[in-house]
Amino acid sequence: MKPRHQRMIAIAAGVALIAIAAALVLNAFQGNVVFFFSPSQVAAKEAPLDRTFRVGGMVEQGSLKRRADGLTVDFVVTDTAKTIPVVYSGILPDLFKEGKGVVAQGKLGPDGAFHASEVLAKHDENYMPPEAAHALSKAEADRAAKSVISPGGTR
Amino acid sequence: MTSRLFQFAAPQAFFPIAGKLIPWFAVLAGVLALAGLYVAFFIAPTDHQQGEAYRIIFIHVPAAWVSMFLYLVMAGWAGLGLALNTRLSGMMASAIAPTGAMFTFLALWSGALWGKPTWGTYWVWDARLTSELVLLFLYLGFMALKAAIPDPVRADRAGAILALLGVVNVPIIYFSVQWWNTLHQGASVSLTRAPSMAATMLLGMLLMAFAAWMYSFATAFSRVRAIILERERDAEWVRLQRAAA
Repeated sequence: MKPRHQRMIAIAAGVALIAIAAALVLNAFQGNVVFFFSPSQVAAKEAPLDRTFRVGGMVEQGSLKRRADGLTVDFVVTDTAKTIPVVYSGILPDLFKEGKGVVAQGKLGPDGAFHASEVLAKHDENYMPPEAAHALSKAEADRAAKSVISPGGTR
Repeated sequence: MTSRLFQFAAPQAFFPIAGKLIPWFAVLAGVLALAGLYVAFFIAPTDHQQGEAYRIIFIHVPAAWVSMFLYLVMAGWAGLGLALNTRLSGMMASAIAPTGAMFTFLALWSGALWGKPTWGTYWVWDARLTSELVLLFLYLGFMALKAAIPDPVRADRAGAILALLGVVNVPIIYFSVQWWNTLHQGASVSLTRAPSMAATMLLGMLLMAFAAWMYSFATAFSRVRAIILERERDAEWVRLQRAAA
């Protein structure tokens, strides 16, 4: 074996060792690298309930309500399995919408609601012109309407 | 075949080739960037969710892609130099680093400008953003370490070890959005499935990515020529070149 082959093997082994070390460290930190907890995780008490943490999910359709002071909003964050009510007073980001992703930072109150100090919008990785998005949501609505009717046996 | 490839590993042989290739890469980068920007601003449609703000994608994503890719290339050269003791390898790694750092900075900066109107914040410490920031520090650390060691052979070796150490960060950046909950959205374009974006948007992004790639070639080659001249200043061929000029 030539010295340069030995060096190549040493380098490959070194990089592999570093990769394994990194994988182990990241695995150990798994919980701390997570940017937000889902409502299901909060319900399962996986989130640090006595400290500030972030909760993420979708804003439930029809759940957004503005209080009389015009600044405080109530909405429900859902991951389709569990939900968590959120109270927030402040400016919402432009992309904040019902049915869209959201990440809120705050603490769980004694009333069971999540009192947020910061609300961030989380958008998805789909980019398309508005017309395409409109056609897509229309098709989905049609399909939903059909599935509601068909069990009744109207056809 | 391999022996012919190794010929170009000699700085003396590579110097004139790099010099000849630079204008081609520069022109290609310019043309591709113009075409990409035209598609980005005049052809690609508005996004249904983010409106016009999404157009930062045409800078942000190519910059982020190239920043990760250049790190792999840089570490590859550095590792090659460590294994084979070739002179050119360390010089190539040194030449790539500033361009990689520039693209990393561009990705972070454009991402911050994108984050404010869409997410509602310039910066969050989520896994994707943090690991990309680590990449910037790796580039800067690599450059600083090499600059701190006067002997080029030892500088190459120390830099190579740092570059190889940092390689693990690249897959972490790339897969962070899959492995953990992050505020950053997942990949729109991947090799394993159809891209989740309109075709003209994708075209603009790819044109810009190729432009960034060609630009990297042009800058890295012109930088490596300067490094070659500096390191080989006492060599016969450099003296002859200087006498001819």
